[in-house]
Amino acid sequence: MQVPILKQGGYLIASIQSVLSDSDLVQLRDNLGERVGSYRSRGVIIDVTVLDVIDSFATRTLRAIAHMLKLRGAETVIVGIQPDVAFAMVQLGLTLEGVGTALDLEEGLAYLDEKTKRAPVNGN
Amino acid sequence: MATENQTEIRSAVDIVTARQRGRALALELGFNGADVTLIAAAISEVARNIVDHAKSGEIVMGSVATTQNGGRTGIQIIARDQGPGIRDVAQAMQYGYSTRKGLGVGLPGAKWLMDEFDIASEAGRGTTITMKKWKR
Ligand SMILES: Nc1ncnc2c1ncn2[C@@H]1O[C@H](COP(=O)(O)OP(=O)(O)OP(=O)(O)O)[C@@H](O)[C@H]1O
Ligand SMILES: [Mg+2]
Repeated sequence: MQVPILKQGGYLIASIQSVLSDSDLVQLRDNLGERVGSYRSRGVIIDVTVLDVIDSFATRTLRAIAHMLKLRGAETVIVGIQPDVAFAMVQLGLTLEGVGTALDLEEGLAYLDEKTKRAPVNGN
Repeated sequence: MATENQTEIRSAVDIVTARQRGRALALELGFNGADVTLIAAAISEVARNIVDHAKSGEIVMGSVATTQNGGRTGIQIIARDQGPGIRDVAQAMQYGYSTRKGLGVGLPGAKWLMDEFDIASEAGRGTTITMKKWKR
């Protein structure tokens, strides 16, 4: 099951549609890396609302995606982690260290706007 | 065990299958939503360890009951393989310990998620993990 990637302004939005297998996650990583380059995107939102579990593998992959995209010049924000899923992650001792998270798409967009704001040229 | 099912674990897609069966069974047994997710996460970790470290194995799950503490019912999950086994189980159970650049979270994490966690492993023979969660 491929993850569709939409372009919205300077950002990419990847909405996970169903339970993902490991190869889907790896594919998502490769596709995002490629698109960030071709669209010159400065921010990426990964919507994980439908994920029923975020286990150690998914955590590792999401972190790797975020770090890779950072090296390609884009910020990543993960949105839509469900309360039960977040609770299980805490119990597992999993963290998304160094990866932005936000409640939903709207907040994810706001997060990226904030993160990718360019510093004012003349300092005012 | 009253309701019981078995899932062969050979590749990553089987992890998803085992997790979904665990979720369905836990719901059927009357676990609440948060516990169902914890159980699914624990299954995910032990199933992934089978794929990653032992290549293939199986997961058997069913209901359990005990007369202790005034009688309780719950879910039992057995993950077993005939893989290489674990030489030092205590070390493998440590948070952050991994023989392959993983996070080393799977085994200790699964233990935290469940109420009971038992691991029997012998080098060269394989590993059997038995874990239980009781309904509250
Ligand atoms: N079924 C198994 N057969 C053989 N060795 C295992 C098995 N399960 C775990 N191990 C060993 O125990 C170690 C710790 O397992 P654990 O799941 O905690 O971490 P990991 O799988 O290395 O990384 P993570 O689960 O965080 O991605 C593994 O690195 C591996 O050496
Ligand atoms: Mg593991």
